[in-house]
Amino acid sequence: MMRKPLLAVLLLGIVLSLGCASDEPSEGESDFKVGMVFDVGGKGDKSFNDSAYRGMLNAADDFGVEFTEFEPGQDADREVGLRKLAGAGYDMIIGVGFLFSDAIKKVARDYPDTKFACVDYDVRPGEELPPNLVGLRFREEEGSFLVGVLAAMHTETDRIGFVGGMDIPLIHKFEAGYIAGARHVTPGISITVVYAGTTPQAFADPAKGKELALLQYGRGVDVIYHASGSTGNGVIEAAREAGAYAIGVDSNQNYMAPGHVLTSMVKRVDNAVYKAIRDALEGTFEGGIEELGLAENGVGYALDKHNEDLITEEMTKAVEDVRAAIIAGEIEVPSS
Amino acid sequence: MFELTVFDAALRMATPLIFAALGGMFSERSGVVNIALEGILLTGAFASILVTYQTGDPWLGAFAGLLAGVLVSAIHAVVSITFKANQIVSGVAINLLAMGATQFLTWIIWGSSANSPPVEGMSYWALPESWGAVARAVNVVIGHYPPLVYIAFASVVIAHVTLWRTAFGLRLRAVGEHPEAADTLGINVHRLRYAGVLLSGALAGLGGAFLALNTHQFVKNMSAGRGFIALAAMIFGKWNPVGALFACLLFGYAEAVQMGLQGRGIPSQFVQMIPYVLTMVALVGVIGRARPPAASGKPY
Repeated sequence: MMRKPLLAVLLLGIVLSLGCASDEPSEGESDFKVGMVFDVGGKGDKSFNDSAYRGMLNAADDFGVEFTEFEPGQDADREVGLRKLAGAGYDMIIGVGFLFSDAIKKVARDYPDTKFACVDYDVRPGEELPPNLVGLRFREEEGSFLVGVLAAMHTETDRIGFVGGMDIPLIHKFEAGYIAGARHVTPGISITVVYAGTTPQAFADPAKGKELALLQYGRGVDVIYHASGSTGNGVIEAAREAGAYAIGVDSNQNYMAPGHVLTSMVKRVDNAVYKAIRDALEGTFEGGIEELGLAENGVGYALDKHNEDLITEEMTKAVEDVRAAIIAGEIEVPSS
Repeated sequence: MFELTVFDAALRMATPLIFAALGGMFSERSGVVNIALEGILLTGAFASILVTYQTGDPWLGAFAGLLAGVLVSAIHAVVSITFKANQIVSGVAINLLAMGATQFLTWIIWGSSANSPPVEGMSYWALPESWGAVARAVNVVIGHYPPLVYIAFASVVIAHVTLWRTAFGLRLRAVGEHPEAADTLGINVHRLRYAGVLLSGALAGLGGAFLALNTHQFVKNMSAGRGFIALAAMIFGKWNPVGALFACLLFGYAEAVQMGLQGRGIPSQFVQMIPYVLTMVALVGVIGRARPPAASGKPY
């Protein structure tokens, strides 16, 4: 009884989710074709995915490459999307997000003549990447170090906090850099570290993020850095409600609660994508892991009209000194 | 572990669960399994923010969340009562539809696939300070949580009375236990089941409204599995409003303790285990056998 309708629903789901691809490549002068696969519901997030898209647009403007995009309807379609574009003869295919790591490696092996790039590629120790796949990684710990410096200079209670999304090594990098940065300013500073959970859901639960932050603010913490996706929307809301401060992540989130977002640790995914496309065009593409830190302008902190009153000149000077010291190798930033 | 802030967090975490669990209870008591609670929460959250955004009035927004819940559950009702389709399949389909539709509409309306802009939340209840000491004392009680927290508790009382002390409640339970018998006594089984399902939509929709209004924005998939936890709470509470309330409070408290204990030098794996262990202990030690309404899940 139950089998048939269930099957019908599943089939319907598959048909619908495959229907989202736009098959028309955009106009361009060169015959180099780039395809980008977003994560489920990614495009339009005004953050990570849109930043990747902007990188591709900039490359299209500058080099005249053709491009298309694909947004899977559900998790299992990630690999389908990659294969679809590879099979259609695209020269370069970019997967946006660490969730693509396994799928893109598999597909890269099957299409050795196509170039692949994966943003935030999740590399395992000792792992070898196929020569046609570049894993774009960011030294988030370096950017986090900078916002840690700012947090430690801004706090009045010498108690700052960190809210992570899913408890995984990628997020531990943010935590480690932040702690090191804060201790660089105030060695004895108190730092409370909490995580929203142990499943991907931990990146998408703003109600929980708000409660996590309120608990910390209730205990005298006055600045919280979040690395928790949309869970962090709740952290920022809690900062507004408690009259305290939050630090945004990935993209510039200062606008979300002006006056209550101290700054944001920005990942320049656009720069990374742009560079990968340029490398492929110029023949300098190399497989393997490519890391972008402060020196490569891959990470940084956000300063705009929403937080200019919060960041004093003294803070700007201190953080710029630290940036220079990290680039010069005088400060070593831990990543775990 | 026993700080006031942890209790506060527990109550706020429990509130959407209470609404949704009460909703699930009404639906199942009438004989219709409603695993669409998750999707209804999400739709309620979306509708409440949309209307608050347009009108600036969060109470209108909450009402819109309730209405949206009723609309979505009406789909479930038509499919599973009138057309006698499999209730689980209908619920799954509604959950998928809600996820896709809310995100799509967020994109259409606000140009972002991730979240809406921030909106006004509900202001806390308070008597004017000028009324003197009594007013201030009352405010400590009624002004401590967002208004919908109190409404959730009131809903438990109303649900309890409705289910056990009214003719409607008796009939609702009858069609969930033995629809044939109820039918032969002249009770309109379909009409009562519609009432049960629509009521579940209204309650879960309100739960979604709380979730979103308390966060002051809609975020994609912000229900984050709470519809399913609410179902568990309903079973845990043996399909009783008061039982469901305690189950939701337990879940909320376990979660809050887990959040409050983190970052205090206790190994995080141990801390994150707490909600699950508490649930298991309560399930095995206190609750005992739970029996669903006999005709639950069976079309009539």
